[in-house]
Amino acid sequence: MNTRTQTIEEAHPYITERESADWPAYNCPQENVVELLRYLKDEQDFDFLSDLTAIDHFDTRPRFEVVYHVYSTERHEYLRVVTPCSGEADPVCPSVVDLWATADWHEREAFDMFGIQFEGHPDLRRILMWDSYPYHPLRKEFPLAGKEVEFPDEDLVEATGKTVEPAPMMGGPFHASHTGSMVDREPRADDESWNEHNERRDTPGEEPGPPRELRGKH
Amino acid sequence: MTTTSDYAYNSKIEGEVIVSRSDAVINWIRRHSVWPMPMGLACCAIELMSSGGSRFDISRFGMEVMRFSPRQSDCMIVAGTVTYKMAQVVRRIYDQMAEPKWVVAMGACASSGGMYRSYATLQGVDRIVPVDIYISGCPPRPEALLDGMMRLQEKIKNESSTRDLFRNRPVRDLTFQKK
Repeated sequence: MNTRTQTIEEAHPYITERESADWPAYNCPQENVVELLRYLKDEQDFDFLSDLTAIDHFDTRPRFEVVYHVYSTERHEYLRVVTPCSGEADPVCPSVVDLWATADWHEREAFDMFGIQFEGHPDLRRILMWDSYPYHPLRKEFPLAGKEVEFPDEDLVEATGKTVEPAPMMGGPFHASHTGSMVDREPRADDESWNEHNERRDTPGEEPGPPRELRGKH
Repeated sequence: MTTTSDYAYNSKIEGEVIVSRSDAVINWIRRHSVWPMPMGLACCAIELMSSGGSRFDISRFGMEVMRFSPRQSDCMIVAGTVTYKMAQVVRRIYDQMAEPKWVVAMGACASSGGMYRSYATLQGVDRIVPVDIYISGCPPRPEALLDGMMRLQEKIKNESSTRDLFRNRPVRDLTFQKK
């Protein structure tokens, strides 16, 4: 792999090495990324696009990056390429559907979750959320619980009068620590002060006391 | 050559007539032929399939006839996580089922959203369809499903079916219904 990375780096001087715990990874400017990936596929036998996803850095610039994981089925080697997206609110990135047909659905997912516009994609529409959904849920500013929107199906709205509502978080989201004893690594709620008892006490008209089901029947 | 026996049931004397309450007859028929609509959305569906197998044998209760057409089914078993994208489909299929119809929320996800507290998941299918029976578990074992279905049978047994022929069958309110 070492001689191979050397060859790749010499053939493409514009790429820079990126910190990686396992396989080699490179940062690549957006204008060269298709050229680089085509070279990796055609000349270096990275014939399989294992994954295509995006990162939202939120407060650093460039805010969005697209990550390509390519794999050689011949040599069983991975390589990672990361390219920044141009544009802030509407990030743009070239499509690689021409190189790997599998990029079609991967790019649709990245568009759905992060709102990245893939230029040259044959059919860029949402793949997980429904077509009329207004947000991109994996962006950092989007709350895990979600936001209230209308159901797209008119029959359902007519029959139930319901909307898509934010989920009750109950003190969550829950995070597990990587270090410490097994007890410390238990998932914990962000807001540990939350409990059902307090919430009931906060609701107007509800007198303080034990939860309703624990109160004695008189 | 003909032989007649005078013991046991004699149709000449009884006149092929049985006297009973119509509710009892209708409910007896209904509760022993609950044909489920398997709305299998996640891992609960695997337990649902297991219930259909010979080990647990849901056909003991007349429920083995899983109908994938809503027109032919009586009871929708919502087995799994209901995403908002799927919720519209669940409601539409419920609307397509003919009365009388029942809904069983199988497992934590269908009952309350389960561990999926997120933007994508409906927090309990009882927000969009009236649920008759909730089954706890993640996923529930087939025995739990069978227990739930037997409770549904009990519920059907106590319905006033004859009166419901002349009015809209009463169904439970949706959760968090706007009054």
